[in-house]
Amino acid sequence: MPTHLENETELVAEARAGSAEAFTTLVNQYDRNIYRLALNITGNPEDAEDVLQETFLKAYTNLGRFEGHSRFYTWLVRIGVNESLMKLRRRHADRWVSLDAPVETDEQETLPREVEDWGENPEQQYARRELADILAEELRKLDPAFRTVIVLRDMENFSTEETAALLNLSVPAVKSRLLRARLKIRERLNKYFKRG
Amino acid sequence: MNCQEVVRWLTDYLDGELDATLLETLEAHLRDCDDCRIVVDTTRKTIELYCRCEPLPLPPGVRERLDAALARRLSQRGA
Repeated sequence: MPTHLENETELVAEARAGSAEAFTTLVNQYDRNIYRLALNITGNPEDAEDVLQETFLKAYTNLGRFEGHSRFYTWLVRIGVNESLMKLRRRHADRWVSLDAPVETDEQETLPREVEDWGENPEQQYARRELADILAEELRKLDPAFRTVIVLRDMENFSTEETAALLNLSVPAVKSRLLRARLKIRERLNKYFKRG
Repeated sequence: MNCQEVVRWLTDYLDGELDATLLETLEAHLRDCDDCRIVVDTTRKTIELYCRCEPLPLPPGVRERLDAALARRLSQRGA
C-alpha cells in the first residue's frame, strides 16, 4: 500500500471544491499502484490503462460521494477492483467464473507437492525489474479468483477483513483462497529460487 | 498436529492470527518436520517478495493519456 499523504484530507477537500492541482497531487501519489493493481487483475496492459483512466475519472466525478470513512486510497482501490473485474468479465464472458462462486477446497490438492528449500535472500538473485516480471508472470497464471486476493492482501497489504469487504466475500472465503493462492505461487516460484 | 493440519492453518500462522494453543502445537510440529518447515519458510518468503515489490514506473505514454482524459473531464465541468 502506498504511503498515506499527510495532508490527504485537505487535498481531498480542495479537490472536491474544484482544485485540479489538489486532484493531480492525489493522482501522482497513487497512479502507479492503481495501474499495477489493474494489470495484475486483468493481466492485460490495454485493460489496465483503461481501468487506470476510468478509476481516476470516476473518482473525480464522484468525489462528492466520498464520505471519508475509509482512506481515499481504499476508496480508489474499490473503484479500480470493480473496473478491473468488469474488464475481466467482458474479455472472458465465455468462461467467466464469478468471484463469489464457492471454491471447492480439496485438501489433497492443497498439499504441497514440491518441497525444496530456497536461498536466504531470494530477491537478491534477480534485478528489480526482472524480479517484478517473474512475480507478475506467475501471478497472471493463477485463476482470477485466486490472484485477486493475492493482489489485495499481499501486494497492497490490505487486511483479510478489508480484502473480504473489497471483494464482497466472506472472511473464510478470502482465507481459503489466500491459502491456495499462496501455495500455488510458492510452488511455481520454486524453479527460480530453489537452492542449487 | 500432522502435516495436513499445518497446511490448513498455514495462512493464519503466517498472518499471526493463530491462538496460543494452536500456535504452540504447530511450532512443535515444525521443530520435528523438515518438509513443513521448508513449506512454511518458502511461503513466508513468497509473501515477502510480493509485499516488498514496489510498483514500477508507468509505461511510456500512459500518464500523458491519463492527464489528457482528466483535462477533458475538467474542461467539461468548467464549461
